[in-house]
Amino acid sequence: MLDAIQEFFRQLAADHPTWNFIFFYEERQWNKVVSGLWMTIKLSVVCIIFSVIIGIVGAAMQGAHSRIVRGVVQGYIQFFRNTPPFVQLLFFYFALGAFTPTYSPDGWLEVPIISNVGWAIISLSFFAGAFNVEIFRAGVEAVPDSTQEAAEALGFTRLQTYAYVVLPLALRVSIPALNNNLVNLVKTTTQAFVIAVPELLYQAITIWNDFPSAQNPMMLVLFIAYLALVGVLVLGMNKWERSMRIPGYGAGA
Amino acid sequence: MTWTPDQPIVSIHNVRKAFGSLEVLKGISMDIMKGEVICIIGPSGSGKSTLIRCINALNDIQGGSISVEGQEVHDENLDKLELRKKVGMVFQQYNLFPHKTALENVMMAPVKVLKQDKAEVEQRARALLKKVRLEGKENSYPGELSGGQQQRVAIARSLAMSPDVMLFDEVTAALDPETVKEVLVTIKDLAADGMTCILVTHEMGFAREVADHIYFTDKGVIVEHGPPSTFFDNAQDPRTKEFLSQIL
Repeated sequence: MLDAIQEFFRQLAADHPTWNFIFFYEERQWNKVVSGLWMTIKLSVVCIIFSVIIGIVGAAMQGAHSRIVRGVVQGYIQFFRNTPPFVQLLFFYFALGAFTPTYSPDGWLEVPIISNVGWAIISLSFFAGAFNVEIFRAGVEAVPDSTQEAAEALGFTRLQTYAYVVLPLALRVSIPALNNNLVNLVKTTTQAFVIAVPELLYQAITIWNDFPSAQNPMMLVLFIAYLALVGVLVLGMNKWERSMRIPGYGAGA
Repeated sequence: MTWTPDQPIVSIHNVRKAFGSLEVLKGISMDIMKGEVICIIGPSGSGKSTLIRCINALNDIQGGSISVEGQEVHDENLDKLELRKKVGMVFQQYNLFPHKTALENVMMAPVKVLKQDKAEVEQRARALLKKVRLEGKENSYPGELSGGQQQRVAIARSLAMSPDVMLFDEVTAALDPETVKEVLVTIKDLAADGMTCILVTHEMGFAREVADHIYFTDKGVIVEHGPPSTFFDNAQDPRTKEFLSQIL
């Protein structure tokens, strides 16, 4: 069966030189596609988790009494929202990366403690996190003050009110906008290519640099892979939104 | 100073409160004994709600003092949790947690704030919902309940903290006329059980029936006060008379 598939694509490439699905019959290229896809998935999942945490913490900090704390959050948002993520990746990796300490595993090599993958995670999480702060802030503002006051009157501390009342309600309001931003984040992981993170786009390009005849098939792979990845994310988010729906509350009540 | 039950449970002395330059309380004093039911009435904007919000420190004050069981409420070093355990509050708009069922609303504060045993709290919460005549509605969400039912959940939620004093801030003002009664009956039951209740209300018939003492406030001062019989039938101040003639 496997042999038949390999034979089919080998023949296809021979008959149509611009449709060389080389990864279907050459193991080395196949492994590149799989490892690229895996890196993209890891990068996406880790960045989604960190960016959501940044968003929640940032939105809470925006409600702080201290003007300094609020100013720092505002500055962070303006910087990361208003500059291109591509430039941010370059900045983190080349500018900040130059100052990071290194360690030497064998006495010869100097390896920075934060790898390019690490910088991509940091950079992309902060980028998406800036939008998440604004998204959660909108959700927090949608929770009536009177509801928080009721919690206060019951003895809840500010933190408890935030954790048990404000956040669960704000999340529900935020899900549709969060959905959009996380979709964008998954697509933006391709830009980590600029600091040589071996994610799917990076691997695809190395394949078609070695085999120009594989360019069309690799683009097809890219489109299908991102359609599938984003599709799974959106499906999951919609399912989450439905499961969070409160009977008799908000839209669809 | 330790408080003993023969002293006022809530003591308000010459309280002043301003929002910016607008002074809403201009020296209010009252003493409330344990088990008393107090109704505060008066025209809109007379500072009634502000006053009871000051009692559990939801609002701060600019002058005077308020103490609950001998504990100064507006003390910088006040343990707010201690105060809120003593004083329960029910709001005009119910303010239930919409993402929690009726039972969860009642259980939340004792479990999360007082860290009480969940099973024990649940038992008590079910009993409280039964007491406010909401048996069978334990698993309903606030959005699925009528205004009157929501307000009774809010009362049960407040009672779950075992307060010594209950504050009611125009709790029937947002309700349909037919559901007002079910909430008033609940409060009446509470009063009959000996709960100290301070109510801001426009329900004059109810005030006359359950209150031990009526305070009439206007423009930030107490104009007149007294037991319901003398207050309603033998008001002295022209402002009280005018208000009562418009409302009764």
